[in-house]
Amino acid sequence: MSVTMAGVNVDVTTQARPLPAKEFREVVFDVKDLGVSYSGNQALQDVSLEIYRNFVTAFIGPSGCGKSTFIRCFNHMNDLIPSAKVEGTILYHGEDMYGPEVDAVEVRKRIGMVFQKPNPFPKSIYDNVAFGPRVLGMTDGLDERVERALQQSALWDEAKDRLKSSALSLSGGQQQRLCIARCLAVEPEVILMDEPASALDPIATTRIEDLMHELKKDYTIVVVTHNMQQAARVADMTAFFSVNRGEEGQRTGILVEYDATSKIFTQPSDKRTEDYVTGRFG
Amino acid sequence: MNAAAGNLRTKRPRGLWTGRLFYGFLVLSLLIGFLTLGALLAQVFLEGYKWVDLVLFLEAPSADPRIAGAEPAILATIYIGILLLAFTVPLGVGTAIYLEEYANRDRWYNRMLEVNIQNLAAVPSIVYGILGLAFLVRGLGLGRVLLAGAMILTLLVLPTVIIAAREAIRAVPDSIRQAAYALGATKWQVVWRQVLPGALPGIATGSILALSRGLGETAPLLLVGALTYVSFNPTLLGDFTALPVQIYQWIARPQEEFRTLAASAIIVLLAILLTLNAFAIWLRNRYERRW
Repeated sequence: MSVTMAGVNVDVTTQARPLPAKEFREVVFDVKDLGVSYSGNQALQDVSLEIYRNFVTAFIGPSGCGKSTFIRCFNHMNDLIPSAKVEGTILYHGEDMYGPEVDAVEVRKRIGMVFQKPNPFPKSIYDNVAFGPRVLGMTDGLDERVERALQQSALWDEAKDRLKSSALSLSGGQQQRLCIARCLAVEPEVILMDEPASALDPIATTRIEDLMHELKKDYTIVVVTHNMQQAARVADMTAFFSVNRGEEGQRTGILVEYDATSKIFTQPSDKRTEDYVTGRFG
Repeated sequence: MNAAAGNLRTKRPRGLWTGRLFYGFLVLSLLIGFLTLGALLAQVFLEGYKWVDLVLFLEAPSADPRIAGAEPAILATIYIGILLLAFTVPLGVGTAIYLEEYANRDRWYNRMLEVNIQNLAAVPSIVYGILGLAFLVRGLGLGRVLLAGAMILTLLVLPTVIIAAREAIRAVPDSIRQAAYALGATKWQVVWRQVLPGALPGIATGSILALSRGLGETAPLLLVGALTYVSFNPTLLGDFTALPVQIYQWIARPQEEFRTLAASAIIVLLAILLTLNAFAIWLRNRYERRW
């Protein structure tokens, strides 16, 4: 199936595998009435959705719609910003992620993250991948673990002869795959990707997207992207976020529509989604 | 269009002269600095080089300038330097880590702490000397000993070390911290395994520059009782002198020979300080990271 989107023909069939019926999906995250505010300014409001196991779920929307803020709720990264306040609940396999006893460090062991700009540590390729296992005390069979992670992120062939050289000597696309390997080395269940390809050239972007297809067999992937074609290419489910302007001009992100990717891009049920995916807005 | 082009042309000569004047001023400022330093160095070297010998390094001061040396002062300066590093680096880096990584800036006491440290860096060294006299020598009853001297110099250079360490810690990009946190590292692990190693070159450079500043100080040492005449090698809890104090004492003497001796001691002190500074610059160029 091919749709015309913003004047570009986008093939949405390749990954639009028939999604399992709702009752056969395993819910990883159950988000209920989630809101985030920074110093009292509401950045995101009333978001409720479910994220399913071994799915790629994409968050799309215009700048300032809170999609990056939202993805950072899943691994407690917003905790690092003292002024940020998270309300509502996220259930992770039924357990409240923002419950009183929850330790952010425990959460981040299970839920890895890849950032917008490749951010390797200024260390060797090996030490980058080994950092996570080392801080978590998973040092038995470390060499094999590093190799496996690099293979999964399709970097092994390029990196195996230079494991001791600096990660900063890699190209941008390789650095991003290294960051994915670093995240895989601690065997998380979920991988959060915050615009993972926005700083990369088209070829490197394709490799990251191929990787996402590969990885969703073993992992649950949540990806923020401002590139609609990318969402159409990689995602099973897509959530469209938009911005509500308050009376005094304050901008609050809201979830407009959440559905199977093919539905979002071909027959969205909300006018705002349609305007956005057809390029009339944003 | 024509008017715009004309404007460009008419303005040019005036701008040119302002530019030339400014350039001349810059060269002049540079020359004043260089010539003053050059003249000072030349004078000291010409006067003192012949007395930089083994006697200077291996003999105690004496009333007879021909057999007088500065061994106690040189040793004390080395001891003070070691103590200074041992005290300032852990304290300064610890404070910097607290302020950069742990302190919540919304709390008034943290903001007060920050302002305080900035101000402390600007307090004249003699004031530290008075503090040392009142608090360390008399209050704590340490007496006029080398340890008290090292402690007061610690307080003096601590703000400089803190500020340098904070700069270095702040230069470690946040993306590195986030990457480490996202892998499940604890705050302790993030600080020890990523932030500190990344900031180390900057911290080392700042500490060495602070050390060389501390070693050149005279006033606070005079107040905590660095004696001008010490004929025995220093101990931690004994009377002491230091190179700058020794120089000060020799210059104050009426005999010409002692001034020559002072010049040679100045050469030694300058050699120590310039070596330290050169080492700091080398460290910075060699290990400084560009993120």
